[in-house]
Amino acid sequence: MTRIDAKFADLRAQGRKAFVAYVMAGDPDYDKSREIILGLPGAGVDVIELGMPFTDPMADGETIQLAGQRALEGGQTLAKTLQIARDLRSTDNTTPIVMMGYYNPIYSRGVDRFLAEAKEAGIDGLIVVDLPPEEDDELCIPAQKMALNFIRLATPTTDDARLPKVLTNTSGFVYYVSITGITGAANAEATNVGPEVARIKAQTDLPIIVGFGIKTPEAAEAIASVADGAVVGSAIVAEIAAGKSVAEVLAFVKSLADGAHRA
Amino acid sequence: MPEDLINSFMTGPDENGRFGDFGGRFVSETLMPLILSLEAEYEHAKTDESFWAEMDFLWKHYVGRPSPLYHAERLTEHLGGAKVYMKRDELNHTGAHKINNVLGQIILARRMGKTRIIAETGAGQHGVATATVCAKFGLKCVVYMGAHDVERQAPNVFRMRLLGAEVIPVTSGRGTLKDAMNDALRDWVTNVRDTFYCIGTVAGPHPYPAMVRDFQAIIGKETKEQMMEAEGRLPDTIIAAIGGGSNAMGLFFPFLDDKTVNIIGVEAGGKGVNEKMEHCASLTGGRPGVLHGNRTYLLQDDDGQILEGFSISAGLDYPGIGPEHSWLHEIGRAKYVSITDVEALEAFQLCCALEGIIPALEPSHALAHVMKIAPTLPSDHIICMNMCGRGDKDIFTVAKHLGFDMKI
Ligand SMILES: Cc1ncc(COP(=O)(O)O)c(C=O)c1O
Repeated sequence: MTRIDAKFADLRAQGRKAFVAYVMAGDPDYDKSREIILGLPGAGVDVIELGMPFTDPMADGETIQLAGQRALEGGQTLAKTLQIARDLRSTDNTTPIVMMGYYNPIYSRGVDRFLAEAKEAGIDGLIVVDLPPEEDDELCIPAQKMALNFIRLATPTTDDARLPKVLTNTSGFVYYVSITGITGAANAEATNVGPEVARIKAQTDLPIIVGFGIKTPEAAEAIASVADGAVVGSAIVAEIAAGKSVAEVLAFVKSLADGAHRA
Repeated sequence: MPEDLINSFMTGPDENGRFGDFGGRFVSETLMPLILSLEAEYEHAKTDESFWAEMDFLWKHYVGRPSPLYHAERLTEHLGGAKVYMKRDELNHTGAHKINNVLGQIILARRMGKTRIIAETGAGQHGVATATVCAKFGLKCVVYMGAHDVERQAPNVFRMRLLGAEVIPVTSGRGTLKDAMNDALRDWVTNVRDTFYCIGTVAGPHPYPAMVRDFQAIIGKETKEQMMEAEGRLPDTIIAAIGGGSNAMGLFFPFLDDKTVNIIGVEAGGKGVNEKMEHCASLTGGRPGVLHGNRTYLLQDDDGQILEGFSISAGLDYPGIGPEHSWLHEIGRAKYVSITDVEALEAFQLCCALEGIIPALEPSHALAHVMKIAPTLPSDHIICMNMCGRGDKDIFTVAKHLGFDMKI
């Protein structure tokens, strides 16, 4: 059982929905992002999505693109991102950390080396946007062998016929992308999302977490009420981009977490 | 695999879209179902006579194919060695090879019921070709073009607008061709249901590298027939410039199993292939990685971050290369070299002066390599280079480099 499985078992026992927060490692700089990330569990975050910056984030909107650019300009590397995870683990051994990003930086480092380092740093799962089930041999299968969860995105274009393929090697939870589009774009609508979650639940027992297009505590509550939890990314990243202090960013995160937890 | 153990070089890609270890389908889940349906549509079209009949008709009457195979006599004489031929794809409607592929993709898009076409463009030639065919068929067309390229290829921006396309200057990343491709992919993910992404080169996720190659292979097929007619035999060496690699793949593919034919791809060497990365030579100066849906050689740093290329030619300014070229490079069936901006500019001028042909900067790179090797070869050695585009779009860039004031 990974920390992710344990966390969801715990939430389920308490009848609570999960709040998942995405933050880009190294944005706006290493020290500040480290401080924000280490403060996330205290702000009510159940699962941390640790963004790995990439020069060509083809599934991300402007907010997260720019966050990645700031991080890279500040000298963020995969090694430094892993270091933030390690630092968090020295104060918190229960909050799951899922690394989210694109394949090339991992491939460049070497899959085996990366997985060993991620495991050692206390990473629990991976979301790699440009690795669909068709490419499972690349990273998904090796990650499962190391007992790291490989979390897959399901989308509105993943029809019932394709869903089993998407679910086959997925573990931890399923990330349902609420819109066809990029991060930070359209608003997710609970009325559309509810039936989609039910459609996926018919084929899996894994928790279904919904992300993309959730920007306010109210939206987090509405979406979490029709799923097992909600993810917010761009809205948090936008606060960081606006130059808010660590305390202000964490207060905003807490308001989102409270929203999701009201559901 | 050693070259002599392979029966044919023309069977790729495999069912997973791989050429050896290269290629694949590295895209987000939202796009995966579309890519699979495109693959099914293309597999069907490939053996459908009515599809090819439509292509042949338009190639002939709209594009002006077959393009001539031309013996460059004065250039041959000037170089004093090998006999030089040019495959004149710059004479196509819209001025480059790009339209060969666009026609195929747009016919497929129409068969799939898509009403909105998006494209990325660097030099603007693929954008112009796409805008052109969309105008012909009454389809909505949106072209993503790096803000930097919008500036250096202004005439093509105006052409696209005249043809009714919406040109979106891309400022994300560093505003070049790779960023235009990122934004086109973002548009596609957002508008999956009505939109067809018309990729301009042999890159992207499977089936694009194979499909674009098959549409461009008309270049090599014609060259083979025309060379047999002119010389009664195959050429000894074929040469093409490489951005993403579509004009090159188009010329090379029909010759892959003709073992006597030397195949040379010419990458953009920019200011020289050195550690400063002021070039676009992915094979000579890069290493394998994953970008834009496929595994291939890429310009990247030690942490797997993609680097910007540098070239005088906007059409070659791409940090990757089609996956089939990466494979041909690794198995040694084709050889890849690089040519600098300065060398390409010299070839550009020589071609104007000796042949009365103003070449695009992209094929000027191929020509520059011809200039290097032809003098070292005997007069019965036949070289054919792909003159894949005309230079109208480049005269402003060239004027600037030659210190000529264009203001009238
Ligand atoms: C005339 C010409 N040649 C070559 C290229 C490079 O593309 P490819 O390598 O796919 O042929 C371009 C791209 O814009 C072009 O306009």
